[in-house]
Amino acid sequence: MATFVHDLGWATIRFVDDLGGLAVFTARIARATITPPIRVRPFIDEVFKLGVLSLVIICVCGVAVGMVLGLQGYNTLVRFGATGSLGAVVGLSLIRELGPVLTALLATGRAGSATTAEIGTMVATEQLDGLRMMSVDPIHLVVTPKALAMIFVMPLLSALFIVCGLFGGYVIGVGLMGVDGGTYLTSLESSVDFRDDVLGSLLKALIFGILVGLIATYRGYTSEPTSAGVSAATTSTVVVASVSILIFDYFITALWGV
Amino acid sequence: MSRSPTRDFLVGVFVLIGLAAIAYLSFSVGGLSYSGPGGLTVYASFDQIGGLKPRAPVVISGVKVGQVESNALDTNYRARAKLDLDANLKIPSDTSASIMTSGILGDRYVSLQLGGEEQYLKSGDELTFTESAVILERLIGKLIHNTDIEKKDQGNDK
Repeated sequence: MATFVHDLGWATIRFVDDLGGLAVFTARIARATITPPIRVRPFIDEVFKLGVLSLVIICVCGVAVGMVLGLQGYNTLVRFGATGSLGAVVGLSLIRELGPVLTALLATGRAGSATTAEIGTMVATEQLDGLRMMSVDPIHLVVTPKALAMIFVMPLLSALFIVCGLFGGYVIGVGLMGVDGGTYLTSLESSVDFRDDVLGSLLKALIFGILVGLIATYRGYTSEPTSAGVSAATTSTVVVASVSILIFDYFITALWGV
Repeated sequence: MSRSPTRDFLVGVFVLIGLAAIAYLSFSVGGLSYSGPGGLTVYASFDQIGGLKPRAPVVISGVKVGQVESNALDTNYRARAKLDLDANLKIPSDTSASIMTSGILGDRYVSLQLGGEEQYLKSGDELTFTESAVILERLIGKLIHNTDIEKKDQGNDK
């Protein structure tokens, strides 16, 4: 019993310590963002690595999710004779929920883990210490561009995912199941609202981008300088980011009705 | 890392594609252009709007010409719908509005039947002739009630 209480206490202390460390880390990134010189070049490099190189996986997954939504939605709607609403079903589920969440999960696995591993390896091989010796702030040069790029690409990737999904749903619904193409698009366009649905979707993606960007860079920056430490930090990024995306998703939906 | 024309180009293309996706979602799917101000705003009061929601379409002869902006109660506790119509439309002042349902269980929408007056409605005017929504449950209720009475009558006759 006593060991259990000890463990609980230790876990709580570590959790609060982590949370406080992340808050300080966030403040340092925010300050580095507005401190000249503005690092445009590293930022663009990171947009390339996190965004452009994720394009294929995002588009393929988007089309696949849209196709399965079209199939499942059709099979359910056909029982009620409401296949005309297929566009609304596919569009609303993609825009309000699946687009931002799945994009964030994919970006965590594809780009977040790579970010953590890269920064972690820099810690392990003392490259960040080298930068400090040259009185270059590693947060300013290495961490901030990565975090900002993640925040920047997430809404773009999410919007792409949704458009690919809408296309996938169209292909299955109209091409395979014989729903009228005009009906699909009309039910999509009449049920989706800009302020309630599209803006909320972009806001969700932005918040997920902030989460993934901060967690991935923080885990890398604070990783143990060993190969086991880097591997643990990478695992922790994927787990913590995925879980917090899903939890935050619930609260954003509950609080703002997005 | 040094400047690389190919990579910079790809990043530019990526950002453009992403922005295009957002624009498509906002303008085409989200209907952002339609909610712009400056349209013709008219009001119509109904006894019963029966589930007419904001953003429901307003049609003339089945063609969408606008949408329901909002619903509220007026001073006489009648439902007052605010309709946002295409600014180029010329609606005669004796036009009537009725709430219809697309299919049996479909969504409600407002259908306008144009009148023959020479005068046209201006923004902020009121549509005087309206026809309320038909509530399916009430119809069924009446039907059941009526058949009950008929049965009783038949019983009395015997």
